[in-house]
Amino acid sequence: MKVININLSYNSDFVTQVEEESGQKLNNCYQCGKCTAGCPYTEEYDISVSQIMRLTQAGQKEQVLQANSLWLCATCESCTARCPNQIDVARIMDVLRHMARKEGYVGTGRVKTFWDSFLSSVKNNGRVFEVGLLVNYISHTGRFWTDIGLGPKVLPKGKIHFKPTEMQGKKEVAKIFMRFKEESAR
Amino acid sequence: MNTSLNYAYYPGCSSTGTSIEYDMSSRAVCAALDIKLTDVPDWSCCGSTPAHTVDHSLSSALSARNLDQVASMGLDSCITPCPSCLANLKTAKHRMEDEGFRDKVNNLLDKPANTKIETKSVLQILVEDYGIENIRKKVVKPLTGLVVGAYYGCILNRPAELMQFDDREHPMAMDNIMEALGATVVPFPLKVECCGASFGIPRKDVVMRLSGKLLDTAKSIGAMALVTACPLCQMNLDMRQDQINHANGSHHKIPIFYFTQLLGLALGLTEKELGMNKLCVSPRTLLDFMVNEENIKEKAA
Repeated sequence: MKVININLSYNSDFVTQVEEESGQKLNNCYQCGKCTAGCPYTEEYDISVSQIMRLTQAGQKEQVLQANSLWLCATCESCTARCPNQIDVARIMDVLRHMARKEGYVGTGRVKTFWDSFLSSVKNNGRVFEVGLLVNYISHTGRFWTDIGLGPKVLPKGKIHFKPTEMQGKKEVAKIFMRFKEESAR
Repeated sequence: MNTSLNYAYYPGCSSTGTSIEYDMSSRAVCAALDIKLTDVPDWSCCGSTPAHTVDHSLSSALSARNLDQVASMGLDSCITPCPSCLANLKTAKHRMEDEGFRDKVNNLLDKPANTKIETKSVLQILVEDYGIENIRKKVVKPLTGLVVGAYYGCILNRPAELMQFDDREHPMAMDNIMEALGATVVPFPLKVECCGASFGIPRKDVVMRLSGKLLDTAKSIGAMALVTACPLCQMNLDMRQDQINHANGSHHKIPIFYFTQLLGLALGLTEKELGMNKLCVSPRTLLDFMVNEENIKEKAA
């Protein structure tokens, strides 16, 4: 078991920032573990969601923001739905991801690459273009065999398009992303 | 029943591709029930899960553009078949009630966001506005002999304070509809367990585990089919069912319908209108079985 000296590494700014951005009181968590018990992804996590909550309470910024768990949470809301103290745990996980991105703690997880490919598709087309998203993901991960086996099954169904659907307002959507980038750089 | 139900309809990106049969069957069912849908003009992506994992103001701005499009139609509410779109559109409206947050969103938009537009799911308006008893009266081809489980997925009803519909742990909306259509509904114990969501591409192993558990459970309770209300759930369970069988050594062949497809069938719509041929796990045997069961029942009567 890893022993942490909380007195030496407690980061009060981190605690304040998580509370402000999530609108949640971290001290309301009394470590019952119900969030972890119901988390479908906990098998994949390096730090369980209840431990993320405890480490966040204890201001352990580095350890929390470098957790792989942040990139394996699918926001299924089980933790939020079951917290006996009405803490929106899923929103805290979201806020921690935002902070990890901003502070460069982001690992190389494939889920994040997929999310980024998704958003780049929205930025370019205004809507998600599924084939373009897959190609973008593959080009960033080198995983050329991704879902290749689904081709023969799905192609005859006429569900897959090789061109994005055209929409007039796609520039407006691109502008949202551009302004967000500018705002984030401030 | 209100005889003039009229909604703005937000299809969502997957409706143009992998969940086209959900869109087709939602539209066909609404038309059959005289529910008027008008597409949100030039709608764009809501940002789905990826946007809210980056930033909440970005996510809400992507939704706000669409809420503004609804406002431009002179309507104050819209409906969508997709739970992920639903969650984002509802979250945006809810969070923009906070002035500080709204300012951040407005910084990303051409014009200030509209904060009045309510969003509901197609399922919710069918249950609450149209009414299950009224649906029951419209059934012309009951789903005789069908034993079905209803799988809601994780976010259709959660977080409860935001979604304001049905129950967060034990939803019944689709169970009740299926019962009204003449099917035998078996209680599905994993109604709100996550299927693996959008991890099918980046972490297929996780989807194989989570969706595999759903299919194993469906089989163990004797469900001939599952109904869903979510494009991602349906896609993981249907399109990836062979992958799941291969990964887990199982032999499932369980048709996974959108609830609107079975509803449409019972209303007398054609299989083609409902996109039955778009499903990867063929429902052919099951559809023929239902017709046969109904014939036997009629003869006996």
